[in-house]
Amino acid sequence: MSKDIRIKKGLDIKLVGEAKQVTTELPIGSVYAIKPEDFHGVIPKILAKEGTEVKAGQALFHAKSDERILFPSPVSGKITEITRGARRKVLEIKITADSNQAFEDFGKKDVAAMSGEEVKKHLFAAGCWPFIKQRPYDVVANPNQAPKAIFVSAYASAPLAADYDYTLKGKEAELQVALTALTKLTDGKVHVSVGSNSSPLATTKGVEVHKVSGPHPVGNVSTQIAQIDPINKGEVVWVVTPQDLVVIGELLLTGKFNAKRTIALTGSKFKTPQYVTALPGANIAEVVKGNLDTDNTRVISGNVLSGLEVGEKGFIGFYDNQITAIPEGNDYELFGWNKPVFNKISTSRAFTFSWLNPKKKYDLNTNTNGEHRAFVVTGSYEEVFPLDIYPMQLLKACMYKDLDEMEGLGAYEVAPEDFALTEFICVSKQPHQKIVREGLDLMREELG
Amino acid sequence: MGLKQNLHNLKEKYKGTKMAPAFNAIHTFLYLPNETTHNGTHIKAADDLKRTMNIVIMALVPCLIFGMFNAGYQHHVATGEAERAMSFFSGNFWNLDNLWIGIVKILPLVIVSYVVGLAVEFIFAVIKGHEVEEGYLVTGMLVPLIVPVDLPLWMLAVAVVFGVVIGKEVFGGTGMNILNPALTIRAFLFFAYPTWMSGDKVWVQGAVESIGKADAISGETILGSLAQSQPLSYSVSDMFFGFIPGSVGETSTFLILLGALFLIFTKIGSWRIMLSSVIGALVMGFIFNQVVDFGWIGETSKFYGLMSLDFWKHLLIGGFAFGAVYMATDPVSASQTNKGKWIYGFLIGFVSIMIRVFNPAYPEGVMLAILLMNVFAPTIDHYVVQGNVKRRLKRAKVKTA
Repeated sequence: MSKDIRIKKGLDIKLVGEAKQVTTELPIGSVYAIKPEDFHGVIPKILAKEGTEVKAGQALFHAKSDERILFPSPVSGKITEITRGARRKVLEIKITADSNQAFEDFGKKDVAAMSGEEVKKHLFAAGCWPFIKQRPYDVVANPNQAPKAIFVSAYASAPLAADYDYTLKGKEAELQVALTALTKLTDGKVHVSVGSNSSPLATTKGVEVHKVSGPHPVGNVSTQIAQIDPINKGEVVWVVTPQDLVVIGELLLTGKFNAKRTIALTGSKFKTPQYVTALPGANIAEVVKGNLDTDNTRVISGNVLSGLEVGEKGFIGFYDNQITAIPEGNDYELFGWNKPVFNKISTSRAFTFSWLNPKKKYDLNTNTNGEHRAFVVTGSYEEVFPLDIYPMQLLKACMYKDLDEMEGLGAYEVAPEDFALTEFICVSKQPHQKIVREGLDLMREELG
Repeated sequence: MGLKQNLHNLKEKYKGTKMAPAFNAIHTFLYLPNETTHNGTHIKAADDLKRTMNIVIMALVPCLIFGMFNAGYQHHVATGEAERAMSFFSGNFWNLDNLWIGIVKILPLVIVSYVVGLAVEFIFAVIKGHEVEEGYLVTGMLVPLIVPVDLPLWMLAVAVVFGVVIGKEVFGGTGMNILNPALTIRAFLFFAYPTWMSGDKVWVQGAVESIGKADAISGETILGSLAQSQPLSYSVSDMFFGFIPGSVGETSTFLILLGALFLIFTKIGSWRIMLSSVIGALVMGFIFNQVVDFGWIGETSKFYGLMSLDFWKHLLIGGFAFGAVYMATDPVSASQTNKGKWIYGFLIGFVSIMIRVFNPAYPEGVMLAILLMNVFAPTIDHYVVQGNVKRRLKRAKVKTA
């Protein structure tokens, strides 16, 4: 009973610097860092103090709200530094990696014979719970709630995104085991969406496989949820990314927490955009060594729409499987506001000519192409926003903090990343994702 | 490099001071600023508000130029110095004599509108410490196009100050206003100086001065004469191409149509509003035609002249086309939902023609119709959005049932 999902609204942003399908195995680097900020809404309680030796998979901290939720170290090594910011907020936990990796052994499991509670406990213990995120609010899942369904999107439509069909190749066994484990966690269904039949997930059993096609944001899991089984008030769904499924699968098969994943190096500032294997938390400079043009470059962990600016000295985000490097746009452009534009993307035709050549790949920089303004133009967001939600009205509700209205307009169904395209095309240059994030945080605080 | 660097240094020097918005407003006209994105999307589409507004201004320029020629042409025709133009490219219309009168009369209107309006915007931006928003760029161009040729400049200045302050800034500036600022200015003129604005003299240059003289000329618009049940004295092609008296830029339906196509093609103007207001106007006009056909209104009725006008001709005369294309589509004061835009536009067309026929004092309805619907646009949106909210609630109920 699979359902094909086709959307028409949206926008594919075609950029220069797509990763070539070549993977380089990288050696274990020297310094790693885990940033509690990657786990939005989690207040960390440190378990491993500075100077402690940790194995890969051993917990670094747990969530203040629920001490069962452990956050693992991706590598084995020594905790050298815990950086704190204002009000002693933990910013980074830095780990110096051992040259020989030691893994914490959590034991092999036979998933088919496990109950839901057992699976849950095992995921808690091995630090795999943070891989499960929930809607509403787009945060690490609350284990006390029962999800009505679990969604996995194995089709990435974001600009220059890592191709799941390529990065997951050969991981069929792990994926199958992990998905079987997920089916134990919900009374509802586990939905997996794939871009094509050649996806390693296309033939998995015990789950609903959906084929999706259309422009970005069809790969965003919110878009798929809205098409398959929309979230209503009071309902919860869980979301797992395919690269994290592999980690869960390997844990169940071998007993080891091995977070190694294939990461795409993309963007015009890479000399040869390609794939590498690395662990989350790895130092960017080590991962991109010799491949990156560092002159006036924006280095992003994640994609250009929702990724985080980390800089060359930063670290790969816990959930990210992509590093993007694009030129900074910190220069003035003479009469840039009225002359015809051929080298930038636009959805209008206001002397912008990207509509002439929809296949062309662009080398965009980080210039805002204009200043921040009040919302003026109407009707353009709807063209790139495939959900049955009024985007501008919801944004405004978030801005004036009307909880009832946010609820009514469908804030439960969205994550900040769903507003990336409307933010991209916004002529008023409003920070949509930030507005939605703050709105969701407020709802979470007030309504739970 | 020199200019760019110097301006950059100046910008850094005055950063954070009171005058920074005023400087930046001018600076950003020369250079697209060097601002980069912070977290959120790291790349942005090419369009900004300046570009959007600029497209609307470009769509207005043909109307302005035509309006200049037409100002002179109407004057010369009225005084008997020129022959009626026979085709769109007639030399009787496109000549320097006509243009000269247009330049003398209309350029000052444009300049006063921009100088006064932008001054108010700059003052508010400096006081409130925000950037100068681009909203007035279009308003400042619209205003000279919707006033009569012979409007005294001081009246325009007073009206612009009123319109920008009361119509826009008190609501919080661009993007927050309820009423279309250009129409607020126009309405202020209409209500504050009714003898000027509703008379039959101001529409043709020189008509006012000629009052009481032997060679007095008429400055009557088509609507004015129709309202007095006089027969239509202009051909359809005159009305379509715009060789008729009227406000500066509103006469040429042909150029407005080209402007509309341009706005729709660039995806700046809402085709939904334009189309639905035309439909609304046709429906109302058609209803009035039927009323006349059934004999409910006799030739003696004071409404007969406008009511019996063929329904499609309503689109060609007066300011309807201009209003529907350039004023009703103002995204801030219009409905903001796509479904709402259909309703909003239809009602504008419908009410425009109704007011046009029934208003004895001033036979043009599009201004009042748009202002009225501006007020109702949030209500329309509210019900459209509530529809979405209800649909979502219903979905939840089906699940639990």
